[in-house]
Amino acid sequence: MIISVASGKGGVGKTTVAVNLALSIDNVQFLDCDVEEPNAHIFLKPEIVNSFPVLMPIPKINEKLCNYCGECARHCQFNALIVLPGAVLVFKELCKGCGLCKLVCPSNAITEEQRELGIIEEGKVDGIEFIHGRLNISEPFASPIIKVMKERINRNKNVILDVPPGASCPVITAVYGSDYCIMVTEPTPFGLHDLKIMHAIVEELGIEHGVIINRYGIGNKDVEEFCKSKGIPILMKIPMDRKIAELYSKGIPFTKALPEWKDKFREVFDAISGT
Amino acid sequence: MQLVVLSGKGGTGKTSVVASFSVLMEDKILADCDVDAPNLHLILKPEVQYKEEFKGSKKAVIITEKCISCGKCKEYCRFGAIFFENNKYQVDEVLCEGCGVCAYICPADAINLEESISGYLFVSNTRYGKLAHAKLNVGEENSGKLVEKVRRKAKELGENIIIDGPPGIGCPVIASLSGVDKVLIVTEPTFSGLHDLKRVLKLAQHFKLETFVCINKYDINPEVAKEIEEYCKAMKIKVIGKIPYDEKVTEAMVNGKAIVEYDGEAKASKEIRKIFSSLTF
Repeated sequence: MIISVASGKGGVGKTTVAVNLALSIDNVQFLDCDVEEPNAHIFLKPEIVNSFPVLMPIPKINEKLCNYCGECARHCQFNALIVLPGAVLVFKELCKGCGLCKLVCPSNAITEEQRELGIIEEGKVDGIEFIHGRLNISEPFASPIIKVMKERINRNKNVILDVPPGASCPVITAVYGSDYCIMVTEPTPFGLHDLKIMHAIVEELGIEHGVIINRYGIGNKDVEEFCKSKGIPILMKIPMDRKIAELYSKGIPFTKALPEWKDKFREVFDAISGT
Repeated sequence: MQLVVLSGKGGTGKTSVVASFSVLMEDKILADCDVDAPNLHLILKPEVQYKEEFKGSKKAVIITEKCISCGKCKEYCRFGAIFFENNKYQVDEVLCEGCGVCAYICPADAINLEESISGYLFVSNTRYGKLAHAKLNVGEENSGKLVEKVRRKAKELGENIIIDGPPGIGCPVIASLSGVDKVLIVTEPTFSGLHDLKRVLKLAQHFKLETFVCINKYDINPEVAKEIEEYCKAMKIKVIGKIPYDEKVTEAMVNGKAIVEYDGEAKASKEIRKIFSSLTF
């Protein structure tokens, strides 16, 4: 089954939950989909065995054939082309690689070249198959990298997806198609607000879901009341604990130092996988 | 003067810092550019004065009655957004990028690109001045474009702007920092915080922006805090403050207040005031 771990708000413990869950169950494939700021490798320390670039086709103008008619720019939905008398400007960061400009060009003056958006690395650690992506600095679009990563999902595994923060394209791309979404939150007004956003997304996408409350004990009880009112199961509460925070700060998964938590994560997995 | 507060990693305290700056600074406009998951309004409790629809994305719509089931749309779509099910071609709205290839290639003129309302832009009054903010609808894309709109609106309202930025380094972050005068990065003393700080610093450098760093909850791990300081020193970036872990910060948030307004004598408040003054507006 595919389990996504998401939160809306950043820094509430997505990676902590995803990594510790991965270390507590068997037959895991782990995908860190936060390609803007991937962190799971800091905790899992996989040995990277394979690496490849993610490419996107962008238009290349043959100035000899181009008659500067402007059809390409008129059709482009992303404003990635501007045609001036005697020159065509391609704004490669805006291009989504759809290929429409090439199709509409009446002079066959457009071919395509590949542009690197980022890289994907694959590795192994403790029997876990590990995949993560890295968006190149100053590249705007994370989703194409996430899509390529997700093509490598092995359905025979227990797949864990560490989802980026937020609620827009990369988040949707990451959680889309998962069988279950664990929403991690903290019991504060910010945590609750962003949990509601994430909840609306999984409802809209029709993904089964539950909540893990991290730093339990700070803030107030509003998150619990929200979950109760919406009938969302609370799968686990991880207490606000200086020891857990310190382990996190050093990049140590807390189940390694506090192994009794492995059973709790296994129980969460059993509950959501129905075994 | 435009200042953007970023972090790379989420949840390091951007919004708590911006909320405090909004108390400390006079004559400014606030802009919440975390349009995916905005939080600043939870502290500032805005009264909306102006609301505008945001149309950020288009989606392909197949008119089934006109469709001749030739399958060209599916063949040409590079995003895998067209599928054949229940004996008809359909669009997967999540995967559709709204590029228009299918509409162009369709020989039966059976596909339209339709614009949808992807969110709203607001201008509000708050107890600490005007706030430009936005709300992206559930699952919508193009948050970068909406960020640009928020910033344009803020600029119409005034010269001095404090921007609460989104996490990450992708399109909404790039839209939040392009053309600002100063960048403040709020980080935390964890391996993840440092890793993400490095990436967001490189982004700020790419755009040649004057950048400052402050370390939030620095005493959670003083060793990593020191590592961050050394890294910044090597990169010639000033660390202008180290905010101690202070339970009062969460207390203030629960009470809907910025920490400097909730308890001006709290240790976190003192350090935030210091950070604010060294940014010298």
